[in-house]
Amino acid sequence: MSKITELLNQDMAAINLGLERFYDDLKAQRVECAQVNWKPPAANQDKIASLLAGLKDR
Amino acid sequence: MPTFCNVKRNTYFDSVTLMIISNQLKEIDGAAEVLAGMATDLNKELAENLGLMTSDIRALEANDFFLAVQAHDAAVFTEVTQTLETLLKKKSSSETGDYRPPTTASAVRNLPQANIAVISLPGQYAAAEAEKALDEGLHVMLFSDGVSLADELRLKQKAHEKGLLVMGPDCGTAILGGTALCFANAVRRGKIGIVGASGTGIQEVSTLIDKFGGGVSHAIGTGGRDLKAEIGGIMMLDAIDALGKDEGTEVLVIISKPPAAEITAKIFDKLRTVPKKVVVHFLGSDEMEDADFTFGKSLEDTACKAVLLAEGKEPEDFVGFTAPLAEIDRTVEAQAAKLGETQPYLRGLYSGGTLAYEALLLLAAEGMDCYSNIPLKSEYKLENAAVSRENTIIDFGEDEFTVGKPHPMIDATSRQEAILKEAADPTVGIILFDVVLGYGAHENIAGEMVSAIQKARTQYAAEQREIVFVGFVCGTEGDRQGLEKSESLLRESGVVVFPSNAQAVRFAQKLLEAKKAGG
Repeated sequence: MSKITELLNQDMAAINLGLERFYDDLKAQRVECAQVNWKPPAANQDKIASLLAGLKDR
Repeated sequence: MPTFCNVKRNTYFDSVTLMIISNQLKEIDGAAEVLAGMATDLNKELAENLGLMTSDIRALEANDFFLAVQAHDAAVFTEVTQTLETLLKKKSSSETGDYRPPTTASAVRNLPQANIAVISLPGQYAAAEAEKALDEGLHVMLFSDGVSLADELRLKQKAHEKGLLVMGPDCGTAILGGTALCFANAVRRGKIGIVGASGTGIQEVSTLIDKFGGGVSHAIGTGGRDLKAEIGGIMMLDAIDALGKDEGTEVLVIISKPPAAEITAKIFDKLRTVPKKVVVHFLGSDEMEDADFTFGKSLEDTACKAVLLAEGKEPEDFVGFTAPLAEIDRTVEAQAAKLGETQPYLRGLYSGGTLAYEALLLLAAEGMDCYSNIPLKSEYKLENAAVSRENTIIDFGEDEFTVGKPHPMIDATSRQEAILKEAADPTVGIILFDVVLGYGAHENIAGEMVSAIQKARTQYAAEQREIVFVGFVCGTEGDRQGLEKSESLLRESGVVVFPSNAQAVRFAQKLLEAKKAGG
């Protein structure tokens, strides 16, 4: 059985990233659900990543 | 007038929450302008345009929150700040204090049975999060738009290899095993499976299936670009495969704008392998013929045929009205009598993109080309979507109305303003509109439309004019807003209400014809 067919026969359990009204609506339908406390990546994340990569190379 | 501002660094609130709160804060007496938002480039530009920019705000980054208020008096700012805190607290106390993991990976550890990620983050971050979800073995519902075609292809190829679903990007609607995701309705469960490239297309067909007494097994959204040659219908084909094997599905409905010819051939080949009855509706190409499939002529006709097939009956075209024609003719006559000879024009104000598109198609089929922000022919493109011309149909879900503002299904403000503006135009005779209920939607969208209609009526009544309002409600009795309650609200306010978009459009067209013939 494909994973999609499996999904159609399972109880939904969702992870919500973003608009909280979708999380509230899933809860209202008694769907098991987790809301990720998502934050945009820090603006200087790329710089930090390249510095870390540089440290690893040493 | 001075601008006051307050900032919270590294504090994230979602955009819809903040837009709704901003609207509530604007109601406070003495607050000339209010903006509560994350310091994204877009919100900074908005602050600039509203004259609310300060050096403090300019220095913020996308993960910082700011409140900016223009008021004569610092006491007003204090009141706005306190109200904001109360509204945010109310929001978080309604969240039952559930643990909120910081990442998808930690959420999966916390909820190991998780099988799907629902992603509605800003477009620039959405693809990366969708990829992480696929890596965790989750199916993905990608509500966000603003994801590149290259990212969509990569995500869908990866999902296909893993046997997972990626619904979207820009997928507004899905119903999986009775669970409604994002903008979907509480539809009766049944034997009809839907795969659709359009959110409101799925909403209209699934709610009409419910109204016709049928039910839906699953409705899978693919996002509008899945059937473009670049993506190749990857998810449409996988979804057809899955529903083809689903024991609970007996009839399969396919909804989309017409795909590229080579993609149509691929889809038809796949559908031929499926041991189910199939109804296909490619909006605007209702002349298609193929002995293996039934073709829908409108979203309503598609729903009707699917229900007949599920009941083991022969499908028949439904291209008229639910009410007897004699009754419709009487209503046309009565409504036409209200309109003056100088009011020949129709204005359609839609919150559902596919519903607006269907209105354009149905009217064009009767020889009536309409101006629009999503026109069928380029010469009918409005230069400015806020300025209607002759017969006009507007999709208020398009970017020009939604950048920095909630979708018209969540907040009726843009259409309320449009009702007042169109009703002030002495050449307008008919205003046509949709009311979409369900999860995700405003708790009383019908009431919001009615309040604008009543306000408009006091204005045009003073000028001895009338306007005929024609509407329909896309929803079910199971939706929290209530189908009957919403329809009654509209009727009590004098709106001529139909059970579907197709019937509302057909009526509006008959009314225009009658007016033309009579005038």
